[in-house]
Amino acid sequence: MSRRSIETLVGLFVLMGMGALVFLALKAANLASFGEHKGYTVSAKFDNIGGLKPRAPVRSAGVTVGRVKSISLDAKTYQGVVRMEIDNFVKFPKDTSAKILTSGLLGDQYIGLEPGADDKELAQGDVIRQTQSAVVLENLIGQMIFNRAADAGSGNGGGAGGAAAPKK
Amino acid sequence: MNLLAALGARTLRSMGGFGRAAIFFMDLLAHVPAAFARFGLVVHQIHAVGNRSLVIILSSGLAVGFVLALQMYYALVTFGASETLGLVVNLSLVRELGPVVTALLFAGRAGTSLTAEIGLMKAGEQLAAMEMMAVDPRARVLAPRFIGGIISMPLLAVLFSAIGIIGAWIVGVVLIGLDAGNFWGLMQSRVDVWRDIGNGVIKSFVFGVVCTAVALYQGYETEATPEGVAYATTRTVVVSSLGVLGMDFVLTALMFSAP
Repeated sequence: MSRRSIETLVGLFVLMGMGALVFLALKAANLASFGEHKGYTVSAKFDNIGGLKPRAPVRSAGVTVGRVKSISLDAKTYQGVVRMEIDNFVKFPKDTSAKILTSGLLGDQYIGLEPGADDKELAQGDVIRQTQSAVVLENLIGQMIFNRAADAGSGNGGGAGGAAAPKK
Repeated sequence: MNLLAALGARTLRSMGGFGRAAIFFMDLLAHVPAAFARFGLVVHQIHAVGNRSLVIILSSGLAVGFVLALQMYYALVTFGASETLGLVVNLSLVRELGPVVTALLFAGRAGTSLTAEIGLMKAGEQLAAMEMMAVDPRARVLAPRFIGGIISMPLLAVLFSAIGIIGAWIVGVVLIGLDAGNFWGLMQSRVDVWRDIGNGVIKSFVFGVVCTAVALYQGYETEATPEGVAYATTRTVVVSSLGVLGMDFVLTALMFSAP
């Protein structure tokens, strides 16, 4: 094989490899959403962030408008501080509320933003004041069991008291 | 007493072998810059090691993609999660199967050819002749093959993963009829470029170093007889495969442990 054709084949091989890598990165992973939109960072404090992870989507009306950048704990108020980056294309009023919602029943958690009615808009570094923490499934189940037990207890107690009184 | 002596001798031989292998590897690394100066040799080796392996890597990748899609579909459909087929196949290929299967095939195809070539050079006294002519055989023969191997391996692994995903698409979307939007969309939202693909590429690079270094060492240290060469080629495959699987465990534990 001549030297020229070997070099051409090797060049083709390397190009194919690079092409496969680019295909994987763009079509089969989330590189397409990297750095395309510039955004501004706001933060929000929650009592319980539940299963929220960094890079979780931030959605408004179901449409993804940003990503969670980092999650940390405020050492003074013991609240979770979530810093999120929102697309520059969309501006939210200053009294927007942030909730931690779950996609589907048991899916990943994301932040849902509901716009308020203020004239002023959120800017870089602002804090979202109205927040609603994540629903913790165990607490719900505990509440349900407690309510059931309370209902059963008051029903039995009332019946026993009523039965005892006429006998006297 | 004979048994103890035999055990002691065996252990000392193994330790000596480890030492020689380590010294060989250090030597190899030391001669890499010299090989870059003569890049024509490296290109020739990439052709011999990479291009010639393309057929087996691509056809295996396609076949693995087909089979993985079929098997995963049957498993997932019982949980009603069949739309996650694309995501599952992608993660299996890019994180594990791509680097590991490519490395095993590479060891079998390219590793044995490297070992046989160098073993035959040694048996035919070509390496000794080079030394007589004041040409360092390690810089002229070994280092270009080493660089060729470590460049080709990640490229081959990425090609394997990519064509595997396309194979899974053929089976899942075209043949079985799953939703194409879900197939690609779930992948795009859940597969991370740096954590999954990046780690896969790092793994395949490490496997390339392991396979190529083992192949070159076995060829260089072989007995200068035909039986010695044959024995060395089988040892290449065995030692490379064990090394790849061992390193895979270590790397996976390091890279993919709970965040």
